[in-house]
Amino acid sequence: MSAISKKIILAIAVLAAILLPFVLEDFRVFQLNLVLIYAIAILGLNILTGYGGQISLGHGAFFAVGAYTSAILISQVGMSTYLTIPIAAVVCLVMGVLMGFPALRLAGHYLALATFALAIATPQLLKYKGIEHWTGGVQGIILDKPTPPFGFTLFGNELSEDRWLYLVILAIALGLFWLAHNLLSGRVGRAIVAIRDQPTAAAALGINLTFVKTATFGLSAAYTGIAGALSALAVAYIAPDSFPAFLSISLLVGVVVGGLGSISGAIFGALFIQFVPNVADEISKSAPWAVYGGMLLALAYVAPDGVMGILKKIKNRRQAQ
Amino acid sequence: MKLLDVANLNAWYGPNQVLFDLNFQLNVGGITTILGANGAGKTTTLRAVCQAVQTTGSITFLDKRIDGKATEDIVRAGIAHVPDGRGTFTALTVEENLKLGAYTRKDRHEVQADLERMYSRFPRLKERFRQQAGTLSGGEQQMLAISRALMLRPRLLLLDEPSFGLAPLIVKEIFEIMRQINEEDQVSMLLVEQNASLALNLADHAYLLETGKVVLSGPSADIKADESIRRVYLGY
Amino acid sequence: MDSFLLQVTAGLANGGIYAAVGLALVMIHQATHHINFAQGEMATFSTFIAWAMIQAGVPYWIAFVVTMVVSFVAGLLIQRIFLKPVEKAPILTNVIVFVGLLVIFNAFAGWIFEHTIKSFPSPFPVEGMFLPTYFSGHQIGSISVTLVVLLSVFCFFRFTPLGLAMRAAAFNPESARLVGIRVSWMLALGWGMAALIGAVAGMMIAPIVFLDPNMMAGILLYGFAAALLGGIDNPWGAVVGGVILGVLENILGAYVIGSDLKLTMALVLIVTILIFRPYGLFGKPIFSRV
Repeated sequence: MSAISKKIILAIAVLAAILLPFVLEDFRVFQLNLVLIYAIAILGLNILTGYGGQISLGHGAFFAVGAYTSAILISQVGMSTYLTIPIAAVVCLVMGVLMGFPALRLAGHYLALATFALAIATPQLLKYKGIEHWTGGVQGIILDKPTPPFGFTLFGNELSEDRWLYLVILAIALGLFWLAHNLLSGRVGRAIVAIRDQPTAAAALGINLTFVKTATFGLSAAYTGIAGALSALAVAYIAPDSFPAFLSISLLVGVVVGGLGSISGAIFGALFIQFVPNVADEISKSAPWAVYGGMLLALAYVAPDGVMGILKKIKNRRQAQ
Repeated sequence: MKLLDVANLNAWYGPNQVLFDLNFQLNVGGITTILGANGAGKTTTLRAVCQAVQTTGSITFLDKRIDGKATEDIVRAGIAHVPDGRGTFTALTVEENLKLGAYTRKDRHEVQADLERMYSRFPRLKERFRQQAGTLSGGEQQMLAISRALMLRPRLLLLDEPSFGLAPLIVKEIFEIMRQINEEDQVSMLLVEQNASLALNLADHAYLLETGKVVLSGPSADIKADESIRRVYLGY
Repeated sequence: MDSFLLQVTAGLANGGIYAAVGLALVMIHQATHHINFAQGEMATFSTFIAWAMIQAGVPYWIAFVVTMVVSFVAGLLIQRIFLKPVEKAPILTNVIVFVGLLVIFNAFAGWIFEHTIKSFPSPFPVEGMFLPTYFSGHQIGSISVTLVVLLSVFCFFRFTPLGLAMRAAAFNPESARLVGIRVSWMLALGWGMAALIGAVAGMMIAPIVFLDPNMMAGILLYGFAAALLGGIDNPWGAVVGGVILGVLENILGAYVIGSDLKLTMALVLIVTILIFRPYGLFGKPIFSRV
């Protein structure tokens, strides 16, 4: 497929994505918002785990920090909604870089463990009475969804709050995906992968391991933090129990479903973690999570390289013929 | 009856084929050596006999087919393998290593007797029987590896480069012990070596491998005597 | 002073349980180099099985032993059925399997036994048999049970041929095959033993924290911390680590930070230890040559 036809397909896809919310009802648009948000978060985690090879079972914490940063700034400081997003990104970037330092000394299971501990401790931390007047304690923080700056109607549906948010999130998502694609297919990406595969050789080649690894952590955290901030806007309500350990696990599942080290796979991962629990609920009212767990097992045995892995296999088989 | 009969053996590491249509036999009681340069496929041949790599072709041990069987079962049939790098359990003690060699045996008293025999044959092991195996010198680890293999009371002993990384004096000692084992305990051996002269002095039969194929075979006395073969293939 | 000692003794009792969970994790890690994230949920499910038997009128100790046996067999089967296929797969794939098992066990526990909190009986007298002012009956009992389990495990590994074979299979599976050890079955056995130990831990902690499907989540975290504190490949380290953690948790919880942040404390502890001693207090770094 030539480069030009790829670009044309991409342009058509983006156009379709822009028009999509106007042919769906509000609730579906809300669900799509969550899908896009998860896609950004999964992309963030994939930068760290898929490319960087550092397993994190605690990215829910960055998601929570991003969400709370945004929510606190809006409700307590009265800051403009959209300004809080880059601020949340910066806060999480710094937090991620700081966490990247101890992570330097941990590999594989140790890092997974430490981050899992972070995931389990996050809800408890958020409920801490000492910071209650900022975080709203167990009750959390209620927000207003941002109002669309103008009104119009397309395909019989007006530009509602959800649809406006969709467009905002879509724009941010496209920007972030483009940024990730450029970074990771260039020198930065190669450095990250080199460190993952052969750290000693990479260091011998002059790559600054400390800088790259902590920066990767920071970038990954920033992406997930942005996703968290957007989720505060999209749901208009956050509370400590919105960020259970299971969120971190879901993000990792999303990475694996999409395919490790794949940027476009993040969308498939997001679709999985948003909709599969609903599907599981349809299959079994009493034990939907058992079905979900079963699908995870099936994923590990049948498609360990995720959706992108399967697509790649199909493409290779076609080419071999 | 041949001790070991290998016919049309091919072996792969993943998608890469390493052995091509190998044929060789071992007689009961003999020592056979497989020679060749690095990468010729010597280690792979031993691994193939133990079924630690993917193979096609037939491998028959004492008239029973062993290709397709699990390594653990081939061990029980009476083949002991001293792998390259010794394969000692470095975190366990010398005595634990030896006891593991007899893991599949049911005769407790005989195992104890064999343990004593190993200690008398290798006094240095007896001195260090409580020591962690990883703290032994290279030569001692090699002795331990061979002893562990012998604890199985194997019919066939596979040895992968026993001289590797050892001082010449130690190597001489070890090869002398191997000759004793072959003569006194009637243990047949298949020896992979890079040091051709040592191997040809010990073995009665030799095969020469080059990129996974047998290019030369015959009684080691003949090969030793033939200067042109030695110069061209063995480098001395 | 008295209340301080009480905190310490309570910490020792809890510590024994963390030690048991940590030991189970270390065992699986030693054998497979994987960390079983589903350990807590498996233990909870085992405890529910025991509860069901006791509810049905089965005497406590019979239910206890049957649960141990059932857990052992289940752990073994889980390894054979679910983990063998991904034995050679990368770490992340294994992590997904562990997560899947975690979710399934939690879901089944909730489905079969519901989410209402249940009380679980203690087989020990209310009053401590030893130093009754400091230790309740259950605390002495659970410390003793934990000690018996840990000692048995130690003796098994140190003095039996099968234990030796399992250690060999964990250290060097290739060489283990060369002496005829069926390495795959050793892994399965390791899982069985870990499941058994987890079940014992669950049955000992349930009388204190009450039984519900999420009982073990926090305890699992402490078990992790104990295993890491001691050095992930060191069974004794897990024991010492568990005891230290139990005592620290109680002391810090009572005098320093309050019980709200107990989990956070575990987190801070884990990260701090790992920064300064990435291999734990007793662990040894494994140097690999390039």
